[in-house]
Amino acid sequence: MNTPLRRVGLAMLAMVVLLLANATYIHVVKAADYRDDPRNQRQLLYEYSRERGQIVSQFGGTILAQSSKTNDRLQYLRKYRSGPMYAPITGYYSWRYGSDGMERASNDILTGEDERLIVRRLSDIITGRDPRGGHVQVTIDPAVQQAAYNAMVSRGFTGSVVALRPDTGEILGMVSTPSYDPNKLASHDGDKQEQAWASWNCDPAAPNCTHNNPMLNRSVQQTYPPGSTFKLVVTAAALESGMTMDTPVESASEVPLPGTTGITLENYAGATCPGSTLRDALAYSCNTAFAKLAEKLGAQKLRSTARKFGIGMDDLSIPLDVEQSHLGPLDSSAVLYQSGIGQRDVRLTPLQDAMLSATIANGGVTMKPQLVKELLAPDLSTLEEYESEELMDEPALSSQNAEVLRDMMIASEANTSGEGKRSDLTIASKTGTAEHGADPKNTPPHAWYTAFAPAHDPKVAVAVIVESGGDRGLAATGGSVAAGIGRLTINAALGEG
Amino acid sequence: MNRPLGLVGGREPEAATTNPGGAAPATRRGTELLMLAFAAVIMTTAIVLVDANQEQELTLAIVWYGLAYLGIFAVAHLAVRRWAPYADPLILPCVALLNGFGLVMIYRIDLALTERATQVGGEFTGVAPRQVIWTVVALALFLGVLIVIKDHRALTRYSYTSGLVGLVLLSLPAVLPSAISEVNGAKVWIKLGFFSIQPGEFAKILLLIFFASFLVSKRDLFTVAGKRVLGVELPRARDLGPIVIAAGVCLGIFVLEKDLGPALLFFGVVLMLLYVATERFIWVAVGLTIFGVGCVVAYQLFSHVEQRVANWIDPLATYNEPGGGYQVAQALFGLGTGGVLGTGLGAGRPETVPEANTDFILAGIGEETGFIGLAAVLMVYLLLGMRGMRGALAVRDTFGKLLGGGLAFTLVMQVFVVTGGVTKLIPMTGITSPFLSYGGSSLLANYILVALLLRISDAARRPQQQSRPRPVQQQAPIADAHTVMVQASSGGGQVPVAQPAPPVRPATPAPPAAPAQPANGSAAAQGPAAPANGGESASTSDKASEQAEGTEQSDSTEGESKS
Repeated sequence: MNTPLRRVGLAMLAMVVLLLANATYIHVVKAADYRDDPRNQRQLLYEYSRERGQIVSQFGGTILAQSSKTNDRLQYLRKYRSGPMYAPITGYYSWRYGSDGMERASNDILTGEDERLIVRRLSDIITGRDPRGGHVQVTIDPAVQQAAYNAMVSRGFTGSVVALRPDTGEILGMVSTPSYDPNKLASHDGDKQEQAWASWNCDPAAPNCTHNNPMLNRSVQQTYPPGSTFKLVVTAAALESGMTMDTPVESASEVPLPGTTGITLENYAGATCPGSTLRDALAYSCNTAFAKLAEKLGAQKLRSTARKFGIGMDDLSIPLDVEQSHLGPLDSSAVLYQSGIGQRDVRLTPLQDAMLSATIANGGVTMKPQLVKELLAPDLSTLEEYESEELMDEPALSSQNAEVLRDMMIASEANTSGEGKRSDLTIASKTGTAEHGADPKNTPPHAWYTAFAPAHDPKVAVAVIVESGGDRGLAATGGSVAAGIGRLTINAALGEG
Repeated sequence: MNRPLGLVGGREPEAATTNPGGAAPATRRGTELLMLAFAAVIMTTAIVLVDANQEQELTLAIVWYGLAYLGIFAVAHLAVRRWAPYADPLILPCVALLNGFGLVMIYRIDLALTERATQVGGEFTGVAPRQVIWTVVALALFLGVLIVIKDHRALTRYSYTSGLVGLVLLSLPAVLPSAISEVNGAKVWIKLGFFSIQPGEFAKILLLIFFASFLVSKRDLFTVAGKRVLGVELPRARDLGPIVIAAGVCLGIFVLEKDLGPALLFFGVVLMLLYVATERFIWVAVGLTIFGVGCVVAYQLFSHVEQRVANWIDPLATYNEPGGGYQVAQALFGLGTGGVLGTGLGAGRPETVPEANTDFILAGIGEETGFIGLAAVLMVYLLLGMRGMRGALAVRDTFGKLLGGGLAFTLVMQVFVVTGGVTKLIPMTGITSPFLSYGGSSLLANYILVALLLRISDAARRPQQQSRPRPVQQQAPIADAHTVMVQASSGGGQVPVAQPAPPVRPATPAPPAAPAQPANGSAAAQGPAAPANGGESASTSDKASEQAEGTEQSDSTEGESKS
């Protein structure tokens, strides 16, 4: 009977070996997956037990987010200054819903987990100090952010404003409305978190839903048809192909869509273009001219120029992940016609739209947009300073052509209505009025405005989108709805708001 | 302890010697005491760490728990000295270590749950003091078993009784109203006011005793009588009947009670006993086939089985379903967060996992002490099982072998089922970790189990008693000797052919000789009625003495072949 008993003993041994092998797999191989799963709150609870670093502005050291000591189990409470205003930048930090925005993108620094902080943490342990996280200094200018946010909110607009420094790519303002208050998600009261989360994440079509996706960061997570603002890309491609601002272009009030019968593409309000040069076409935003121009340039040329502006990049991180802007398939003349005026399947993020102006302002060179200026250790010494860098290997257009395009944009601004015009400031701009939806002619269009100023010494480039006509309904245009907000933002950036 | 673990290395030298009148083997109680002290040091360190990490200051609780712990195991040690002096010196320290570590974890989870309760304005009463009380009760049972059962062979007298009582205990919750018997969907409890017991835990041991003694009494019949089917000799239905019926009834009850873990455990142990008793692997194969079919049927029939399997395949996918993978997923999150080194005792979040202090206590251990701690606990279990198995190998009677082997296997298999469930190796079935988990029934039953293992290992190493001279033992009465010869030529001769070739290691004993027992079902069915120790009154029946002799003889044959 001992032989089978010995075998049973071996079976017992085998069972434990099997358990150990499996435990090794779980503890070692799969450990990171399980540890970082968003549903695993252990890491978050651990992080809460330490002082999380601050998110501060590079201007005046304004603190956007900081942790303060509490008496409950989650030892530190995260507080956000002007929560809804800065929410697209800070994101939120919730023990129930994880984190987003800079809270997520810079989590390692803020918690002190970053490897550059490990040595300092060791010395903290030895000296008996509570471990603390590092700080993140963002490029945001509170004045710009506030002006743009107030402009949008006071009018009740849904949309986004982005302001960039053309020469560095620093993001001075990034507004998305409607917004949400991250303080509610940082609450240590789970029920409050849950209520807030539920009210912000309801289906806007539902009868008792009072919000319209406030947690969506429209500046970088949402793409829209750019409408006429896309004509900047088409014009850049045309200039780079050897045309000049005086090159004659189509001026008819409507052109038939190739390959179709009876369907036409027409100018705004069915008007004939007041001029017949490229310059006039842009200044008056003549659709027929750009439809034909796009077809003449061809899909390849359009795509390569767009690419140099950053359109089509799927890995842009500022370090928030930026949704890919794209042209869609340009596979027929009809599609090229419609794409030439920023319709059809062309989609840009508001950030990308601001980058169009910024590129032209910066002599044709697109700078990589960035939200982080500096990473700081808990003692405020610098860990890493972000250098500005060019987004692409080659400029989108030559500096001469950029100047030409700038002058064309100045002419466009002269034809643009809207509030906030100043005689002492030259702005270069382009408006857009983008149709969208299943019934475009009867859906209030998106109103766009992209600009930079001062035109001859650019300090700021902006893009504004107001979804679905703002307060003007079907009659909305980029000039009447969006331009005023853009100009307010520019003024704030120039210190004259 | 530089000896081999026992299993592979063969018996301990002193256990193998059966020289009557020789020097008594060392009792090795000193080793036990030393190892117990070692366990106490680990336990104390662990609880200090928990307090340091949780409260930032040391509390009086440490002293309280420490004293209780020391008291309990001092008594246990003294009891072993007095009533089982030759018992294996590592079994009790292993138990002390596991029980102590379990207490620390339960105390630690108490702290977390109390804090959580305070946060939401509620109250939570810690269960660690209860566990200490349960341990004291378990100690009393432990002492009782050691004192009352002087010789484990006496248990064979009660084989059918224990089988019946076991069945009744097992089925009791199934027939009681759900209000008294159901907790979390498993109908396995008897709630008695302020405390509840799981009678199935005790039934497990009683049934094991029944199966072991039944198989010992019928052992030969399985191998000699019956038809050959596909080259395999099947036992006659009437020989196999009781065990198949009993096993079937037990499994049926488990299914009724929706208690999958014990069912799996029980099935495994019955298979193991059948295999060891018959020495034929075919029973394992047949059993596994039945098991496979049973699994498929259960999967089709029962939604809770299907759910468990889904939770096992991907607990993250069924995370949000009611009864879904949330629990297993949280356990895995804990293990992953712990990594190799763990978060440190008292520095993790083991209370996040539901049932953190019972079925999922190993998840908490894996989180806070990491892979290293979990592996150490598993190794202690393995050591405990192997020491039990070693006692079973060394003991001289077949019943002791079967019972000891069965108990040791039960322990390790239970660890396999619960750890496998927690670490997603197998579907989670809901079963406690022996000695670690919070719960009175599990603790009491496992202390009885360990007392029996100690008893068997004590019998294995205890010097032969002088009451019956050796020569008489080896020479059976003439009538019996005749039976032996007949068997040796017909049935006994087949045994070595039918079983796998014995290992070539010289230390391995020869296959056991066929016991001197007539192939008579009705005689054996009455059960072994003889008191195992010799020196009975003359009124003992022939059959009874036959039985006793047969057992003794086969054992001494094994013993001799060693030396």
